[in-house]
Amino acid sequence: MEPLTWTGSLAVLTPILWTAAAAFVLLAAIRLIAGLFLASGDTVTQPDGTLSMTRGPLETLDLATRWAFYVILGVLAAFLVGGAVLGLGAGIIGGMAQRLIPVWIALALVIGVSLTFRRRLGLYGKLFGSTIGSVGFALVMFWVFAAFFGALDMIVTHDPLAQSGAMKNEVPGTFYTKMIGDIDEGAYPYYLLGGDNLGRDVFSRMIAGALVVVQIAPMATAFAFMVGITLGLPAAYYGGRLDTTLTFLANLILAFPVILLFYLLVTPEIVATGIPTYMAAVMFVFPIVFFTILLNSRYHTRPKLRLPLLIIVIGVLGWLYLSLISKRFGVLEVLPRWLDLFDIPGGILVVFVSVVFVNSPTVFRIVRGLGLDIKTRDYVAAAQTRGEGPWYIMLWELLPNARGPLIVDFCLRVGYTTILLGTLGFFGLGLPPESPDWGSTINDGRKLLAIYPHPALAPALALLSLVLGLNLLADGLREESLRD
Amino acid sequence: MAAFILRRLGVMIATALCLTFVVFYLTNLDPNLEKLAKTQGNVRMTDEQVDSWLAARGYDRNLFVKYGEWLGVVPGYVTQLDDGGVRGRCFGNADEVPPGAPSFCGVLQGDWGYSTVFRDEVGSIVATRLGLTGKLMGFVMLLMVPMALLIGVLAGMREGTRMDRSLSSFSILSTATPEYVSGVILITVFASSAVGLRWFKGTATSAMENATFENFFLPVLTIALFGMGYIARMTRASMAEVMQQQYIRTARLKGVSFRNVVLKHALRNALIAPFTVIMLQFPWLLNGVVIVETLFNYKGFGWTLVQAASNNDIELLLGVSVVSVFVVLITQLISDVGYVYLNPRIKVA
Amino acid sequence: MSTEPPILEIENLSISFFTRLREIPAVMDFSCAVRAGEAMGLVGESGCGKSTVALGVMRDLGVNGRITSGSVKFKGRDMASMSDAELRAIRGREIAMIYQEPMASLNPAMKVGRQLMEVPLIHENIAKKEARARALEVLTDVKLPDPERIMDAYPHQLSGGQQQRIVIAMALMSKPSLLILDEPTTALDVTVEAAVVELVKDLGRKYGTSMLFISHNLGLVLETCDRLCVMYSGEAVETGNIADVFDKMRNPYTQALFRSIPLPGADKNLKPLVAIPGNFPLPHERPPGCNFGPRCDYFQDGLCDAQSIPMFDVEGQSRHETRCLRHDEIDWSRQEIRAIETEKTEIGDPILRMEDLKKYYEVNASSLFKGGDKRVVKANESLSFEARESETLAIVGESGCGKSTFAKVLMGLETATDGTITLDNQSIGDTPIQDRDTDTVADVQMVFQNPFDTLNPSMTVGRQIMRALEIFKIGGTEAARREKMLDLLDLVKLPREFADRMPRQLSGGQKQRVGIARAFAGGARIVVADEPVSALDVSVQAAVADLLMEIQRTQKTTLLFISHDLSIVRYLSDRVMVMYLGHVVEIGDTNDVFAPPYHPYTEALLSAVPIADTRVEKKHIVLEGDVPSAMNPPSGCPFQTRCRWKSEVPGDLCEREVPPMVRFGAEGQHQIKCHLTREKLEGMEPVITMAAE
Repeated sequence: MEPLTWTGSLAVLTPILWTAAAAFVLLAAIRLIAGLFLASGDTVTQPDGTLSMTRGPLETLDLATRWAFYVILGVLAAFLVGGAVLGLGAGIIGGMAQRLIPVWIALALVIGVSLTFRRRLGLYGKLFGSTIGSVGFALVMFWVFAAFFGALDMIVTHDPLAQSGAMKNEVPGTFYTKMIGDIDEGAYPYYLLGGDNLGRDVFSRMIAGALVVVQIAPMATAFAFMVGITLGLPAAYYGGRLDTTLTFLANLILAFPVILLFYLLVTPEIVATGIPTYMAAVMFVFPIVFFTILLNSRYHTRPKLRLPLLIIVIGVLGWLYLSLISKRFGVLEVLPRWLDLFDIPGGILVVFVSVVFVNSPTVFRIVRGLGLDIKTRDYVAAAQTRGEGPWYIMLWELLPNARGPLIVDFCLRVGYTTILLGTLGFFGLGLPPESPDWGSTINDGRKLLAIYPHPALAPALALLSLVLGLNLLADGLREESLRD
Repeated sequence: MAAFILRRLGVMIATALCLTFVVFYLTNLDPNLEKLAKTQGNVRMTDEQVDSWLAARGYDRNLFVKYGEWLGVVPGYVTQLDDGGVRGRCFGNADEVPPGAPSFCGVLQGDWGYSTVFRDEVGSIVATRLGLTGKLMGFVMLLMVPMALLIGVLAGMREGTRMDRSLSSFSILSTATPEYVSGVILITVFASSAVGLRWFKGTATSAMENATFENFFLPVLTIALFGMGYIARMTRASMAEVMQQQYIRTARLKGVSFRNVVLKHALRNALIAPFTVIMLQFPWLLNGVVIVETLFNYKGFGWTLVQAASNNDIELLLGVSVVSVFVVLITQLISDVGYVYLNPRIKVA
Repeated sequence: MSTEPPILEIENLSISFFTRLREIPAVMDFSCAVRAGEAMGLVGESGCGKSTVALGVMRDLGVNGRITSGSVKFKGRDMASMSDAELRAIRGREIAMIYQEPMASLNPAMKVGRQLMEVPLIHENIAKKEARARALEVLTDVKLPDPERIMDAYPHQLSGGQQQRIVIAMALMSKPSLLILDEPTTALDVTVEAAVVELVKDLGRKYGTSMLFISHNLGLVLETCDRLCVMYSGEAVETGNIADVFDKMRNPYTQALFRSIPLPGADKNLKPLVAIPGNFPLPHERPPGCNFGPRCDYFQDGLCDAQSIPMFDVEGQSRHETRCLRHDEIDWSRQEIRAIETEKTEIGDPILRMEDLKKYYEVNASSLFKGGDKRVVKANESLSFEARESETLAIVGESGCGKSTFAKVLMGLETATDGTITLDNQSIGDTPIQDRDTDTVADVQMVFQNPFDTLNPSMTVGRQIMRALEIFKIGGTEAARREKMLDLLDLVKLPREFADRMPRQLSGGQKQRVGIARAFAGGARIVVADEPVSALDVSVQAAVADLLMEIQRTQKTTLLFISHDLSIVRYLSDRVMVMYLGHVVEIGDTNDVFAPPYHPYTEALLSAVPIADTRVEKKHIVLEGDVPSAMNPPSGCPFQTRCRWKSEVPGDLCEREVPPMVRFGAEGQHQIKCHLTREKLEGMEPVITMAAE
């Protein structure tokens, strides 16, 4: 069988794409240089109150650049839409576009619904007013859906762990064969993005790797935020010795080179001592403490509401907590087995704990800084003068008003955590050796990078696009939350 | 000022002590020691053999005593061996305690211990490797800092313009590209024999002896790119904020030209924040160094760290930790002092 | 009048800001002229476009702002036709500008000397040495002590008053022909403000500079300007000579503005202020026709909202114009229309008593880096007074006088170092707020200064009031509390729909009303109002002040009214306490404090407050220097460093000893802390006199 080409029957569009891309780069460069010498056209106020520009040479250049860009977007869209329809007929890109159809549908639904109700969705709705914010959101959601549908086995073409001796380091679009035995009936006929050094399907591994990141990164960041907030607010609000001590501790962790910490913490030997489990046992208390105080400070004036509320919250969170730390075969056995909801493999747990541990001090510093600022506001004084407790003031007066910068930082930090997870994978720390996560895959691919770049390139670009999306999302959010 | 620096030094030493103790604790955990005994002695040792092997080398004692010995504030151990000889921390195996052997031998005495992987003194390994990494970092700084500041200032001086948007997009892209991603992409594009341009070399091993543009540019660029975006964004934010300030308007309405508004009035104020950031980047840059040295096979400090950590070379790992912690702390000190110097609003008591 | 062209001539200027959604017109059809040597005042509430006019003149409107029509001519040249280089040559050399925040207008990382010398170095091409000499000369002109030292200082090393003098010096470096001052004294204390205003006036005369003086304070404009232009919602509504506009106003807005500010003679019971109804229209919600129409007493349907209204010349007066269609029909001599006299409330028994209250703080000498010597700040020094039911006690003083500390101690946010506070025979001075019982906490409540800061931005208005009710244990159920909350909104005259609004949807005055409702949620008996109206616009101030008075009447509240604004204090307080550097220097009934004998500080304060009434004649007392720091107070009498009567006291008594309280009046209710003899004090002349009408 012939290997697939990249674009298949849509290859006619390829020259258009390259021409437009070249034109765009050229025009943008000319525009940037010309902008230094030429003045822009005059602005004229129209009777309807809008502004318009007279057409000068710069504006003509702008227009041309914009059109080149539109052409590029158009061709890319044609590749995706055409590919989704034609499937393998449109080459590798077509094949991938077709496999990703569930993702496209989900993306279209989410964006469509959000755009319809954007006026009623607060900051999230306003996000769509900013181009970079929307692009970022789309990129992030693409990977979220890819991971989700990938986990439902709707996208991956082959088992990400299955090896085929015949497919070692084969280039993208190679026809799927096995060295020994016949291939299963109904198996996908190609390795869309080629095979890696063990003959595993790169495309499937890339999609499967997304799941690892999408599961761990936001959760770990959320935990880091709980820890940072629960410690940062009192440090800012009380000041004094508490602040000095906590700040010293935070700086201590920050001064520790991250990579060294990972090398020391994320080894099988350390996992064997149970230290990560104990650290997890301490760290995972924070959400329970956080929510208990949050609700208690708010509703202690209404005992009838408070009691059931707290019982439910502490009950549910406590159960989850005990299930989490309790190991059927590990160091801590707190819960009887029939109550233990789930187990987390030691490797994953230690990765999780280390990432939370590394991120918490930074969140602490941000929260503390915001707290110090908001503490001086009159509404805080007003709460004090009516005799509110300190935790009410911290959690209901300070925290909600710090949410803007915190949400922005959350997005950035998820991106950063993704990078950290990649680093761990890159050094083969924590995650199981077969794991399809992006960092490990890059690490596997780098040895033959000079000869077969595709096994490393695919996860590298995947990670790049996700982190880029998160950064753009954060930028868009920051821009929109500052407007008003 | 002197009092301030002294106080900072005090905090720094306290931090260094805490951190080295943590490293010491983690490397001296039982499973690690057991692994050490088995790799150094015999893989098929029994538990008793492991215990006696460790006891002979003083590993079985109180953690604090061991830490004190390593530091050089507690006299080194001397144990009686089964064969009648003695073994001491400061002199190794001997028939009897050699006359004139020092009783203290730790970091404070300049004795950093012996690397089990490289079969060499830790002190000399760290020194040579640090020199190699210093070379790498020097070039990184030369490339990264001026570029980042230039991008940041150009983008921030006229917020919202085309220049701002193009440069900001570039900085976002570069912060979103960790070293192991940009390294892979750069090698594919510029060094891959299959599809690439073959302008540069994909490894930097030869750069340890003789650094050329061809073999050294890619690793330097890889580290610089990731740090550059972050610093540039900080600089841009700081510059944009300063340009909004009332005193910039005052200067403009005094008749100062835009060039001079930027150069004389805005720049110094705008560089205060990024300066701190550059200095605080060091712990993260170390990350990049480790990744890049591994990726490009450049046997510097980061590469040594990986070797020490993955082979459980306790004393080398401790030495590497101490050095990296100190590098980080010293840059923090420089950042504090520089901040005070740059910002006249802060008076040091 | 001279015939040469005016220095500045603005004709039909319109300026808009452009956002993604719409155009927001900030200034519309604005015309005015400033002649050589003339000082023009530009008055209006915040958001009326007065600062935009100034920036339009300077052609510095930012990226989004544009002049959409009209022209600005400087010395006969149209500024629109000038190139960037020509504009730069005019900025700083011909037109200089002074801003509101002196600290923000100076480059923090550049020495003062360099910032000053920069101006002539750019414009006049002179040697550095010459520029330095010029800078020293101007620094002497602005009456800064030790110019050499100041040249080498960074801005943060100087006090606020000194910084503003530097900004003025910088503006005068190249002897410009036009000076634009944008609220130059708003951030300064009253006595410092008086000195700066005096200085600007003198220097304007000396250098022959024309001035465009932007302010919201009519009194200040009266003291500094020859002509006046009143702006409302982006338009000039009345222009004319000071005397004409003040005494023969021909625009309903100007009239309403004057009626809403407390002038001597106003009285909260007999002659109350008249607040302007309604709210300032947002730029994109302006009504058709007259912008002031919806709030105007003389509004006529079908006339005022039917057409856009031009400026009309007022007959019989020179250069007096007004933007009102009915200006010649209205009977301008008619007095207040809606003022309703109210009964004076009976003052009851004392409920709050402070005796010898002291509050000291220990602070680090340098706050950034820990360590170093500790210093004691004496924020309050032996405060003694009592407050009675239904009484308004005003506490007057400038920044650093200790009034906020006193409020904190009373509220229980801090505990007293020494002395007692007794509330209904129960001592609360040592009880921090967490140890106070709910009733005590609910009894003593506070209204804050900054309306934009007083409400939690992420909680609805109703929820915030209900939270106070919950805390004070009022209303057993959620429904009962909601009902009570709606009653409270009625009490502060806010529509009930506001319960579900977020604070950002409210105007400043409305937020302040919510703050008042929240303070009264637990039926407070003592309310500390910390400058409750000073951050509000003039037209809203009267309404909020009256609301406080009305609630006081019905609830018999004791109001502790902290303020630096003597006009409003005179209007609504029963008794006044004057504080300086933590000491009470004078206390007594309002009429006694505002008449001789004065404490020398009260005397200076009274003289410093600008009064927007042409009939008032004031004695001129300008205090030297700034308020000393509370960290390093002078020995003896706290006021001795700035006192003009010091020479009348024999020896160095003032520097050695804190003076005793001297009692005046029938029951000794009027007390003054001064070493001057009783005769000298009694022989003082009144500061404010009304010219015979």
